[in-house]
Amino acid sequence: MEITLPILILAIPVCMFLLLGIGGVYMPRKVAGVLGILGMGTTMTLAYIVAFTYFFSGNPEFIIDGVRQQFQVFDVTWLAFTERLVVNLGFILDPISAMMLIVITTISFMVHLYSWGYMEHEPGFQRYYAFLSLFSFSMLGLVVATNIFQMYIFWELVGVSSYLLIGFFYKLPSAVSASKKAFIVTRFADLGFLIGILLLSFYTDTFNFISMTSNPEAVLSSTGGATFMGASVLTWAMVLIYVGGMGKSAMMPLHIWLPDAMEGPTPVSALIHAATMVVAGVYLVARMFPVYCVVDDSLTFVTVVGAITAFYAAVVACAQIDIKRVLAFSTISQIAFMMVSLGCAYDQPVEGVHYSGLGYMAGMFHLFTHAMFKALLFLGAGALIHAVHSNDYTKMGGLRKYMPITHWTFLIGCLAIAGIWPFAGFFSKDEMLAAMFSRHWFWGAWMTMVAGLTAFYMFRLYYLIFWWEENPDYKHHKPHDAPWQMSLPLIILAAVSCVAGFIPFGEFVTWNGEPYHIHIELPVAATSLIVAICAIGLATVMYRQRNEWPTRVKNMCPGLWMAAHRRFYWDEIYMFITHKIIFGGICTAIAWFDRHVIDGMMNAFAWVTQKVSYSIRGMQSGQVQAYVVWYFLGAALLAAVTWICLL
Amino acid sequence: MDFIQSTDYSQFVSMLPELIVLGIFVIVLLADLFAGDTKKSFLTPMTAVLFLLGTVAIWIVPASGESIFGGMYVNDTMTNAVKAILNIGAFIVILQSAKWVDREDVVIRKAEFFELMLVTLFGMYLMVSARHFLLFIIGLETASLPLAAMVAFEKRHYESHEAAIKYILTAVFSSAILMVGLSFVYAFSTGSLYFDDLARVIQSGEMSGLLIAAIAFVIAGIGFKLSLVPFHLWTADVYQGAPTAVTSYLSVVSKGAAAVTFFVIFTTCFGGVYSDCWEWMMYAVIIATITIGNLFAIRQKNMKRFMAFSSISQAGYIMLGAMAADGRGLASMIFYIFVYIVSNLGAFAVISTIESSTGKLSMDDYNGLHKTNPWLSFTMTLAMFSLAGIPPFAGFFSKILIFTSVTGTGSMALYMLVLIALINTIISLYYYLLVVKAIWISPEEPKIGAFRSDNWSRLALWICVAGIVFFGIVPFIYQYCVDSVSASAGMLGLLN
Repeated sequence: MEITLPILILAIPVCMFLLLGIGGVYMPRKVAGVLGILGMGTTMTLAYIVAFTYFFSGNPEFIIDGVRQQFQVFDVTWLAFTERLVVNLGFILDPISAMMLIVITTISFMVHLYSWGYMEHEPGFQRYYAFLSLFSFSMLGLVVATNIFQMYIFWELVGVSSYLLIGFFYKLPSAVSASKKAFIVTRFADLGFLIGILLLSFYTDTFNFISMTSNPEAVLSSTGGATFMGASVLTWAMVLIYVGGMGKSAMMPLHIWLPDAMEGPTPVSALIHAATMVVAGVYLVARMFPVYCVVDDSLTFVTVVGAITAFYAAVVACAQIDIKRVLAFSTISQIAFMMVSLGCAYDQPVEGVHYSGLGYMAGMFHLFTHAMFKALLFLGAGALIHAVHSNDYTKMGGLRKYMPITHWTFLIGCLAIAGIWPFAGFFSKDEMLAAMFSRHWFWGAWMTMVAGLTAFYMFRLYYLIFWWEENPDYKHHKPHDAPWQMSLPLIILAAVSCVAGFIPFGEFVTWNGEPYHIHIELPVAATSLIVAICAIGLATVMYRQRNEWPTRVKNMCPGLWMAAHRRFYWDEIYMFITHKIIFGGICTAIAWFDRHVIDGMMNAFAWVTQKVSYSIRGMQSGQVQAYVVWYFLGAALLAAVTWICLL
Repeated sequence: MDFIQSTDYSQFVSMLPELIVLGIFVIVLLADLFAGDTKKSFLTPMTAVLFLLGTVAIWIVPASGESIFGGMYVNDTMTNAVKAILNIGAFIVILQSAKWVDREDVVIRKAEFFELMLVTLFGMYLMVSARHFLLFIIGLETASLPLAAMVAFEKRHYESHEAAIKYILTAVFSSAILMVGLSFVYAFSTGSLYFDDLARVIQSGEMSGLLIAAIAFVIAGIGFKLSLVPFHLWTADVYQGAPTAVTSYLSVVSKGAAAVTFFVIFTTCFGGVYSDCWEWMMYAVIIATITIGNLFAIRQKNMKRFMAFSSISQAGYIMLGAMAADGRGLASMIFYIFVYIVSNLGAFAVISTIESSTGKLSMDDYNGLHKTNPWLSFTMTLAMFSLAGIPPFAGFFSKILIFTSVTGTGSMALYMLVLIALINTIISLYYYLLVVKAIWISPEEPKIGAFRSDNWSRLALWICVAGIVFFGIVPFIYQYCVDSVSASAGMLGLLN
């Protein structure tokens, strides 16, 4: 494959970032917006061409005997620090990276278009588009990384652009603290990621994904059975790498930044905090999947963390009143769903190692469909906020008459996420549950319950926004559908959410490149469908019209409701640990040590340096005779000392 | 290897880089003679363009890889790479001197300045390519003597004269010492001045006092050009007194050539007694150079004097590459020189622009500079960051590469050396940041008003900024250094 297109896919967004970032202040907002949208549109077209070439051209670079290959379009040495420590930059094409190219550019383009309407009156419009381009560049660089170090670099760049966009309304204290929180929490997790990378590459002697994943047994044997604190070093490495993924993908207990990140502009939440950046952790696990398979402790860890997070987030989502927070917790829960699916993609070794790729394929499928319908839901939420000027569902209600486009598209999104046939979520969720049941009945049952909760809280949200009871304020200020720039992405994404389930996804993306023929597991599908319909029915009874049920349920167990509403006090726990224990206890002592011992040493060092510097000033007398004497003495001394030492 | 018999004039073709510089020299000389115009405004653009074309020619014409004149002179990819890199330094110096040479009292001697510079460059080319001590000495002297005239170029300034006198006296003395050393070499290698012959004798022979003295004196002789401690004392006075363009030329181009020559001589001729003898001499010299350069730099207020001491300590870092004494060491040394050229010339371009526009040279004058001249402040800051070795600027990568090339040898003593060098980077960070602090943080009102620098200097500044930003993160520049060294490694007898 020519390298021009792949290079352009990365170059256009970064050039757009530089252009809008540096020149943005000199151009009118219309020009900046058009440039941003055109740039992203071109990138999307190119990404489609590359992905379609990969999937359909039948070129032996990409597919041999029906098995899709991993192909490095280019992989150049970037920094060769030593013979062993060499960092490359490259562009990998394989099923998941090609799929991610489509997801990222599609959603990014939709968000670019949508923002034109949504951000129209905000100051800093040009800066906003510059940051969007930076994010798109970083995310694309992340998914096409050929080696884990390149991925780490773009991983951090993604973190920076997320920080910049969450804190876009930098005059709002809540936005500023949310952006700081997101950055610090994910950065903290990335520390684990970095240590994991160093551990892994120290033993395997490579950063390259293909050389690690094509021969995972060699990775396993490279450590020579080294252990640390009872677990093998490789388990440590893979778990630490996963910690990085936990930070970005908001797994418990590192999920606390994502709900707050909703302080950013809503299109940003749709792009970064629903569809693309937060699935980076899932993508990472998928990338390293063969290595995770040979270290089954770490895969179990992935499963357990995912299962707990999925349930926790689903419960919390039932008790939020800010619509974006509901969606945020829903995102956490769905990403955890994918993680569990990946964790269940691996069967107990029967004879040697035996993989079952179903969970992997299903997790990637759900990543794809979820990106579409969650972006749709977020953009819909944006349209609602745009119309009502509040994030709070108590300010909404009965909106279906005023905003028909938003209503219907939002409903499609809810049906998709609830897993109702024939919408996209049904198919991917069915495959995931089938994989979980085949691993162990417990995971299947547990996650079916989470799926039921999902259907319940989504329809609770839907009814509270569009039915329930009309807000009397509408008389003064009549809400209406958003302008076409915002409605068009909603319609497109809704259409995609309707049909995406019928894509024969298993033909394209599987863990080993061999096609997998998707078939509906009837018992599993029926169970999950029945659970979802019951949950929707319950939500209909409780929230379709104003009634006493919600209050009554709340009063039945006020403690639980309050705890769920306050997100089970995770933020308070973190506050207590950081402020009381770390800042108050440990940091005071360290600060004293720093101020007195470290600074003292540094001051002594500086004092000695100054004194010596002062005392040898005589050497530089300005007299050339003295210089020559020094010169000769130096040469003679050099010879004499060496002579005495050696002979 | 009889020199007379093997002379064949077609061999001159291999001296393409030298011929190019000589050609430009003749053109400039003739243009100066025959152009009646007293202003001669075409001279600077003409020289710059010719020089640029010459550089490109050196870069793209493949090296012949031959050693000619009975093995006195070699032309290989490494020497060509070094010459092209020195040319870039000289080109930037031409650009930044453009305004100064058009000054009323200098303009009539404008061509002379370029001619002198080209001659010194010619001498440096010979040094880099020499594989015979006689040619080396000729190159060294050709590079040294015209520099004295360049230092004295400010005819009406008393400091310029003083600097030139100091320079020429020390240069003559160092030449004398070097000659004594070479006469010892001559005696030791029983009548030959070829590098190869000496290497053969040293490999088979015993250590002796004669050889030790010879090595110490050669270190002293080249150490003068590199301003290694304790052969550095002329540096500060000369740098301060010389015209700024000459100072910047002295601080980078002249040093680069001397460093590569040092490497070639010490790894080919004296390679056999590396660990027995000169490793320890250079060990001491490098520590002294880095440390004393730093200690003096801390207290300087005059920018040119400050840069003089900074360049002394930088020379110590450059010589770390010689301690590795292998192909990697040479590659990272050449890369360091390249990065050092853009970083140091970036700083000097700012200093000379400010000096030629306002006459201000003290660090205190730079207080609050960012309010009036944000772009110059920005460039100066980048240059300081790069010199101090702060990522992601080029200086960080050149430092880390030269450190890893030294630690790559695996010797414990060299690890200690790198550790000392690292501690010294902290000290250097302090004084480099003093400049940044003066520019950005000092609350005082700026003493330098806003002015627009001439287009030539702007071009020089842009080249330097691009180099500082991109040399580290663009991979192929270091790779180019590695490739050019490994392509000629057989000739140097390094990678075996």
